[in-house]
Amino acid sequence: MMEWMEKQMPKLVLAPSFAASLIFVYGFIGWTAWVSLTKSKLLPRYDIVGPIQYQRLFDSPRWDVALSNLFVFGFLFIVISMLLGLVLAILLDQKIRTEGVIRTIYLYPMALSLIVTGTAWKWILNPGLGFEAMVQSWGWDSFTFGWLVDPDMAIYTVVIAGVWQASGFVMALFLAGLRSVDQEIIKAAQVDGIPTWRIYSSIILPSMAAVFLSAFIVLAHLAIKSFDLVIALTGGGPGYATDLPATYMYTMAFARGDIGQAASSAMVMMMVVFAIVVPYLYSELRARND
Amino acid sequence: MSPILEIKNLNKNYGPTNILNDVNASIEDGEFLVLVGPSGCGKSTLLNCIAGLEPITSGTIRISGRDMTHVSPKDRDIAMVFQSYALYPTMSVAKNITFGMKVRGIEKAEQDVKLAEVAHLLQIETLLDRRPAQLSGGQRQRVAMGRALVRNPKLFLFDEPLSNLDAKLRVEMRTEIKKLHQNLGASMVYVTHDQIEAMTLATKIVVMKGGMVQQIGSPAEIYMRPANLFVADFMGSPAMNLIPARVNMNGKGASFTITRSAAPPLVLHDENIKSLPDNVLLGLRPEDIGDASLRKGRKLQISNCHVDVVEPAGADTYVLMTLGGVEVTARLQAETAAQRGANMEFTFNMAKASYFDANTGERLN
Amino acid sequence: MTNSSITNPLREMMKRFVLRWLLYLLLCTFALYYMMPLFVMITTSLKNLEEIRTGSLMSLPREITLAAWSTAWSSACTGIQCEGLRPYFWNSVLLAVPAVLISTIIGAINGYVVAQWRFKLSNVLFALMLFGCFIPFQVVLLPMARVLGMTGLAGSISGLIFVHVIYGIGFTTLFFRNYYVTIPVELVKAAKVDGASFWRIFFSIFLPLSLPIIVVTVIWQFTQIWNDFLFGVSFSQAGTQPITVALNNIVNSTTGVKEYNVDMAAAIIAALPTLLVYIVAGKYFIRGLTAGSVKG
Repeated sequence: MMEWMEKQMPKLVLAPSFAASLIFVYGFIGWTAWVSLTKSKLLPRYDIVGPIQYQRLFDSPRWDVALSNLFVFGFLFIVISMLLGLVLAILLDQKIRTEGVIRTIYLYPMALSLIVTGTAWKWILNPGLGFEAMVQSWGWDSFTFGWLVDPDMAIYTVVIAGVWQASGFVMALFLAGLRSVDQEIIKAAQVDGIPTWRIYSSIILPSMAAVFLSAFIVLAHLAIKSFDLVIALTGGGPGYATDLPATYMYTMAFARGDIGQAASSAMVMMMVVFAIVVPYLYSELRARND
Repeated sequence: MSPILEIKNLNKNYGPTNILNDVNASIEDGEFLVLVGPSGCGKSTLLNCIAGLEPITSGTIRISGRDMTHVSPKDRDIAMVFQSYALYPTMSVAKNITFGMKVRGIEKAEQDVKLAEVAHLLQIETLLDRRPAQLSGGQRQRVAMGRALVRNPKLFLFDEPLSNLDAKLRVEMRTEIKKLHQNLGASMVYVTHDQIEAMTLATKIVVMKGGMVQQIGSPAEIYMRPANLFVADFMGSPAMNLIPARVNMNGKGASFTITRSAAPPLVLHDENIKSLPDNVLLGLRPEDIGDASLRKGRKLQISNCHVDVVEPAGADTYVLMTLGGVEVTARLQAETAAQRGANMEFTFNMAKASYFDANTGERLN
Repeated sequence: MTNSSITNPLREMMKRFVLRWLLYLLLCTFALYYMMPLFVMITTSLKNLEEIRTGSLMSLPREITLAAWSTAWSSACTGIQCEGLRPYFWNSVLLAVPAVLISTIIGAINGYVVAQWRFKLSNVLFALMLFGCFIPFQVVLLPMARVLGMTGLAGSISGLIFVHVIYGIGFTTLFFRNYYVTIPVELVKAAKVDGASFWRIFFSIFLPLSLPIIVVTVIWQFTQIWNDFLFGVSFSQAGTQPITVALNNIVNSTTGVKEYNVDMAAAIIAALPTLLVYIVAGKYFIRGLTAGSVKG
């Protein structure tokens, strides 16, 4: 008996975590998927009726806004963060003396809760008392920056706050990636007389494909999950102009008592993430196993 | 006395791939068995199977007469030294050596006695409080051996222990292992890809390729009478010359015709041959081809050959020629007057010749 | 062929000098961009409301007052209660400490198994567990709420600890696995020959080696759990809310006059623990962020 236990110990040890994963991840996803196919309102019902919740979802103008916000915000957030992160990484790669301090400054936003970030930027972008008022007080009377309360522009404030939070992290990733390029290749290029910018564009950047992909995955993931930021910054408003699928789901689940909608919106979020992350994980795990 | 180690019909499959194929080998107490072969031949896997670190698909392993096929490593009465020494990084040298004893519940007093013995034997007494990271390669090697010695096992297993050392250190440690073997009279199974190590350390060699045993024998047997082309080529440096030859049987044994470009064919004779197929590969080691002006001997056959390349190498000079379409190396004494591009008289010691079937690669004599 | 024009060495030096200064200027500008919100938060929290209304966003406080801070800590209103952030700060502590410890320990043992004791399905199991890190948690909110309700853990800190542990295990396992994978397999083999068992090898050999990764994991988990809002707001109730939820309540409360200075003070209080951890152990934090993201 003891011998058997000793031999099977690795499996026995991993089993509880795996079981937990099975139940609380896959089981729960299954439950949510199930409920998304029912007429559940305040309480879950388990008789499947078909894709009516999805139909309701995509018929809802609020969901349209949320979904299009996700793509607008997601696209801008990812692209700007990556560009800014790349620029900063390249700048920092130039053998700066105070690199450690500067890196600490660029990265600290990642240590903050998105609620804190949202709160801070909500204050900064406050039309009457924040940035707008400050610039006006400098003499530029006609300056307006009321994006925060403008239904059309509010989503871009979320981009601003999000980029501020995440670009430092992207920079750290890229900096590590820049530095992992074989120094000897760079020296050979320098001996060949290739100018620095060319070394970057032709040698270093192409070899960083894997890092770009990692950054993209992490940012995409952050974007899809960005619930905290919207709640703190705009509350989803004005109205529901800055709603994202995450806030839509939450409202449906806990405020509106419409579990069917909550489930279906959650499943849509799930599928978007799935489509992005699964191929990446697959390639990562295969690479790590050789 | 039953052999200290007996492997019978050992097969190991990993899924659909066959890693070890019908391996049979045994050694007596006090022997030094070397498993040698190119990478991927299965020698390390075989060693791990002997240790019980890998399961086998079929066959038996007996250590000291007891069937150990399904016994876990700690009960097989073995000790193992690894290529990377595998010293426990956060423990001192002393703790590294006594860890196994501690696990087995041996009294502290006895642990200390054994530790002192082994430390003295291997001259690592001054290193006992250091961590592995603070030791040199050779010192780590000795600590790894100390850890093995302290178990007083029936069988010592070595998995390429010298591969991580630089050339000079490797030669030193090789001698130390040989001395250890002679002093302790212990039974050792040793894996290496370096055929020189195999030849110098072994009392018995197992040559492996592709999971199969190619030949088992003493170093002399393996060297002088290789069982097939692979062994002939693998063991010995520089490798044995393998020259294609046409066979003609006549009244006085066989004659071998070897083609040459821009010269009449070279013909050699061997009286002791009864029969051979029409085409064989003639195997002659470089040292069996000599400079006729420096080597004398009634049994040597002399022939005039064209010299392609001359490579002085200190105590010897290697001379390359082309015979039968292949490059042939002769090991001459340094005083030779061989010149590139010139012809010279060479002696061929056919008494040491090996003949191989050109198709199967098997030895014919 | 290299394009070598005969360059005046002095001009080269000047060019490099100017470029260097441009570089530092750019870097400083960005540094200001990142520091600005923190600066604004601090200065606003030290002003009184009158100054906030009449003054400008980035001006330094004319009169420094700590009143907002004391309000934020002990009397700000988070809905019906007006006890400030203090009770919720302790809620977060009671939540974070056990959750971090438990998820780290489980991650260490799991990582050990997956890295050094591979068995037939271990990589598949690991992949399945890893996937759990990447799902949007919205998809488990509803069923988890029901399960917590059924087990009587709804609205309790223990329930929150449970949730954070369950969904933290994927990451902690990943961190430890990536670390343990770099330890040579022969170490375990030698220990097996020495007679050590699974647990013996873990406690005597792997754990002593693990300090760097333990630090990374603890910092990462602490930051994640302390800063979390989604689980906090979904699974807690008035008395058991973590500090992020309380902060949001203070800032977004619809009653009374908006006290921006209190909002800012509260935000800083909420941010202090993770910010301090970052400043003190920042490089380990960065290592945690980039662990597994960059090859090599």
